[in-house]
Amino acid sequence: MKHTIAAIVENKPGVLVRIAGLFSRRGFNIDSLTVGRTDNPDYSRMTITVRADEAVLEQVTKQLNKLVNVIRVSELKPESSVGRELAIIKVNAKKETRSEIMQIVSVFRATIIDVSPRSMIVEVTGSEGKIDAIERLLRQFGIMELARTGKVSMVRGSKVIKT
Amino acid sequence: MRKMSGAEAILECLKLEGVEIIFGLPGGVLLPLYDALYDSDIKHILVRHEQAAAHAADGYARATGRVGVCLATSGPGATNLVTGIATAYMDSVPLVAMTGQVPTNLIGKDAFQEADITGITIPITKHSYLVKDAKDLPRVFREAFHIARTGRPGPVLIDLPRDVTVGELDFSYPDLDLPGYNPTIGVHKLQIKKAAQVLMEAKRPVIYAGGGVRYASASKELLGLAEKVKAPVTTTLMGVGCFPEDNPLSLGMLGMHGTKYANYAIQESDLIVAVGARFDDRVTGKIASFAPSATIVHIDVDPAEIGKNVKVDVPIVGDAKSALKELIEAVQPKTWSAWNDKVSAWKKDHPLSYEKSEDVIKPQMVMETIYELCPEAIIVTEVGQNQMWAAQFFTHKDPHRFISSGGLGTMGYGFPAAIGAQMARPDSTVFDIAGDGSFQMNIQELATAVLNEIPVKVAVMNNGVLGMVRQWQTLFYEKRYSGTTLGNVPDFVKVAEAYGALGLRATKPSEVEPVLRKAIGSDRPTVIDFVIPTDEMVSPMVPAGASLSEILELEG
Repeated sequence: MKHTIAAIVENKPGVLVRIAGLFSRRGFNIDSLTVGRTDNPDYSRMTITVRADEAVLEQVTKQLNKLVNVIRVSELKPESSVGRELAIIKVNAKKETRSEIMQIVSVFRATIIDVSPRSMIVEVTGSEGKIDAIERLLRQFGIMELARTGKVSMVRGSKVIKT
Repeated sequence: MRKMSGAEAILECLKLEGVEIIFGLPGGVLLPLYDALYDSDIKHILVRHEQAAAHAADGYARATGRVGVCLATSGPGATNLVTGIATAYMDSVPLVAMTGQVPTNLIGKDAFQEADITGITIPITKHSYLVKDAKDLPRVFREAFHIARTGRPGPVLIDLPRDVTVGELDFSYPDLDLPGYNPTIGVHKLQIKKAAQVLMEAKRPVIYAGGGVRYASASKELLGLAEKVKAPVTTTLMGVGCFPEDNPLSLGMLGMHGTKYANYAIQESDLIVAVGARFDDRVTGKIASFAPSATIVHIDVDPAEIGKNVKVDVPIVGDAKSALKELIEAVQPKTWSAWNDKVSAWKKDHPLSYEKSEDVIKPQMVMETIYELCPEAIIVTEVGQNQMWAAQFFTHKDPHRFISSGGLGTMGYGFPAAIGAQMARPDSTVFDIAGDGSFQMNIQELATAVLNEIPVKVAVMNNGVLGMVRQWQTLFYEKRYSGTTLGNVPDFVKVAEAYGALGLRATKPSEVEPVLRKAIGSDRPTVIDFVIPTDEMVSPMVPAGASLSEILELEG
């Protein structure tokens, strides 16, 4: 079972190492991890997706909470939160295939952010599933390079995870 | 605000935290700090190996409940602390380890004696700091001591680059501001009510107490609860002494080398109240068959311990003292029951025992004699057979008088920890119960003991082998004694004398009491070489991976 965790952490050197080390040491599997600062520059927000059953998830949360640099840990349930991932994909694009690629891009409400005589870079945001889908479709043209961010996520409605 | 150097500020912080003694060994980058120490009232005990500094600070902490402090230089000095820090981490000992570091402008350049000690110790510290600016020193020290001693205690490391110790600052001791550190205080009333209810309904309850009782100084409350509901009490190695072993409700220690009756009681119980214990594999045996019909109440100050190894029915997050106090209030008194009779019968039928001898010295008999001569002694142990005999054959009554490396199982821990304990309790008799293998891992500290007149008694159970590993080879590896024979060197009496300590030897049972009397009567550090049989085993024993029900009685 896949779970999404948001952690507010102090924006200090070494914090990422402590968290990554905790996961590897205790045998927790990270699917993706994204990190960036919050509206308060003293704090960063990490979105971590893990594969775990309920008991392991509880351990992950409790162990994270024990780290002095971790301020808050919340699980974001899929039914009550929104999550997005961004990917940029460099595909082979010749004269003959360019319009077909652009059609796919338009169906996925993605954007083309770079064009060269032999390639295009596609930018797409959405759920993990959506990005998997466009990746599959673009594969027929030849994916030259792909970079994904991992998920960022937030609770729906006016509730917030305070920093 | 006063202007001072980083080194002076460090010593000021230590004073403000009530530190009277530190254990350490200097090096190049620590010269400014050691220079400031020269004029300070803080006592510095110079060890002969940094590992001993960490263990001594740990022993000091365990004997007093205060934060122990050790100090080592950058690079190899710092890495030599690692075993001591890991030992303290596994047993939740409040410790502040200070390490020197190369100047900030050289960090990351593979400078002489540089090691990334904060990186190395992340998995074995509660928290750690690399100080990059002298101005941060007061805040860092304030936080470090607070984190080390509160909640579930543990070691905190402070890495001090040389330039930080010479930098200037305006000293003021700041208030704590740790938004990410909120150890649990108080307990959940509803959970206490639930625990009280299952305790009242239970027919076959057992209280299983660990090191958390010791750190919360909750022995009195533990006794109060046990006597009110007539629940038998077993302790882990870390909890030894938390419950008086001469009390009729005491089951002694449980687990791999626990008593048969403790293990039987656990396996047949319908309720286990775990207090400050963590269901370690040496305690539970095969986890799937551990206490099969028991409801489990788990009290722990660390929420992450609850549900980590076993499924818990009533979790209570909180320190042992407050939780037990509330639980005592919430339960009604119970009377002596059929369960108590059954447990007492087990105690009578399966006592801890050994085959007595008039020809050779039995280590168990040495333990009993030390107890008879000196029941108030602080018993520190090394690791292995000596440790188990010490846990089994003394009648323990005070957790601060039994000091042992439980979680990490560090050979070489006992002697320096005994030095630390003796510094903390100068009026007590302190014994290090040692094996010839363990003692040799920090034997160089005889110099520290002699020069500082620390009258620790080292009782070496000398069997010429690494006894516990050999015991497993005897039982499970067809007596193929691979790598476990130490031989009969050195001559421990001569080693003691070479360092200027008192060296004594006993080879016959009749000599045990006289040499012990001589050792106890001496105000010098003393090594007593007890020559014991090579094949003496620790019994009973639950084989690794077996259920607690499968506990075996072993012949000596």
